Amino acid sequence: MKALHDIKPAAANAPPLDVERIRRDFPILRQRVHGKPLVYLDNAATAQKPQAVIDAIQRYYSKENSNIHRGVHTLSEKATEAYEGARVKVKEFLGASSTRETVFVRGSTEGINLVAQSYGRAFLKEGDEIVISAMEHHSNIVPWQMLCGQVGARLRVVPINHDGEMLIDEYARLLGPRTRFVSVAHVSNALGTVNPVKQIVEMAHAHKAPVLVDGAQAAPHVKVDVQELGCDFYVFSGHKLYGPTGIGVLYGRERLLEAMPPYQGGGDMISLVTFEKTHYNNLPYKFEAGTPHIAGGIGLGAAIDYINGVGIDSVAAHEQELLAYATRSLSAIDRLRIIGTAREKASVLSFVLDGVHAHDIGTILDREGVAIRAGHHCAMPVMQRFGVPATARASFACYNNREEVDTLARAIGKVSEVFK
Amino acid sequence: MSELSDLYQEVILDHNRSPRNFKKLEGADRKAEGYNPLCGDQITVYVKLESGVISEVSFQGSGCAISKASASMMTASLKGKTVEEADAIFDRVHKMLTGGSSPAVDAEELGKLAALSGVSNFPARVKCATLSWHTLRSALKGERGVASTE
Repeated sequence: MKALHDIKPAAANAPPLDVERIRRDFPILRQRVHGKPLVYLDNAATAQKPQAVIDAIQRYYSKENSNIHRGVHTLSEKATEAYEGARVKVKEFLGASSTRETVFVRGSTEGINLVAQSYGRAFLKEGDEIVISAMEHHSNIVPWQMLCGQVGARLRVVPINHDGEMLIDEYARLLGPRTRFVSVAHVSNALGTVNPVKQIVEMAHAHKAPVLVDGAQAAPHVKVDVQELGCDFYVFSGHKLYGPTGIGVLYGRERLLEAMPPYQGGGDMISLVTFEKTHYNNLPYKFEAGTPHIAGGIGLGAAIDYINGVGIDSVAAHEQELLAYATRSLSAIDRLRIIGTAREKASVLSFVLDGVHAHDIGTILDREGVAIRAGHHCAMPVMQRFGVPATARASFACYNNREEVDTLARAIGKVSEVFK
Repeated sequence: MSELSDLYQEVILDHNRSPRNFKKLEGADRKAEGYNPLCGDQITVYVKLESGVISEVSFQGSGCAISKASASMMTASLKGKTVEEADAIFDRVHKMLTGGSSPAVDAEELGKLAALSGVSNFPARVKCATLSWHTLRSALKGERGVASTE
């Protein structure tokens, strides 16, 4: 079976980015590290924040701070309006049908845990099977293992090939009457692979299994439309999308969210409480117990405004071009091997240097001002698959440019000098 | 570049390239595993004790240059030492790695191990250097389970 890919290389007609203007929007990029200009290439871990996001958070705390959904006073109304306004932006960003389908959570990890514990414990039982892929982040493995332990379900793992692409034929073989849930990454954090999510969803739906898509590494880099993808759940984290940490989104089909029990109990998720019985609040509030990360939600709304202003298609085109340039540039380095060579990739360039551990690469690059990630990227099974203890990972964002890739390549040259 | 060349001294690079006692020790009577959850470094330390003296010590595992060199130098320096002497060396090395001692004292008291002193300028790498030492200590104590730097 031929792999289908639903994410085309970004629209060719997207207007080019003015990267130098964009760089000026990110105050952190102006600093020097160890006397060298900062080259921040650890965007898959977390992205930097534009001034607009920083300002939105500051404005909230200096002018609007108040609790939401409960005050009759002016500040509470302002805060509620700003927070719920951010939810509308999220809904439009994802293409959700309504704001009832967009639940604010702490991040992708909490979104997956919410679905595993709420949907999973309510609807999965002994002998049922959950299908994930071999390229998942620990946060899309462990919550399902925990659920399997609780209900007696079984975890099935779709293998990947040596380029880091999911084996669709193997996936087809794993699907069956016992399949009750499928959970896969949209984009792999360790390899950069863009998965054919639309096809994955269609195949799962043919077996009546709902699908969660982990979009933590996708939302900042590709256009996401949950209707187009057809998925039942989609999660992403605000901090990788130029927004604050501690805020993220779970999208879920209304029909499924309605059927699911609450994840946590507390204030704001109820409509009526007596000691005999509690009536839960409407969606999405049923899943938002307690005072939420109000400033985070507002900051995320500002981040989405920022991305919309720049244009996600333009960002995608720029990052594709940069990834191709970096791939060419690093491939020419002696002893360097790129891990993750899928045909469809986004933003991530993982590599190993023969005879040099990734940690040592990371330290030497840091002294050149270059920030990358070195380690197992919370994807230890991926490292095992490729037979490496760790990789070095450069990952790109809208503000990175070719000069920074050149600096990266030169800094890797220094590593080779130290480790002759 | 000077801090970097302090870190990656020739002796460190040499131990990384050709680690000493890098093998499973047949007939070891003490063994412990160490693990750094931050970076995934893994190490197993084997010890043979004869009347309180470390007659043989070896290691296996995977890790960065610093963790490998530290483990290798550790095994080379502890052979023939009593458990008490090994404990005292552990304490001095730990002090050096965390920047709690002066270079002159280190050089005098620790000899070749003083080559690890450059690590103290790289806080993110201290755990790489201490992993093998923590693992050795738990092997000597005969502790079950896995030593961790966390």
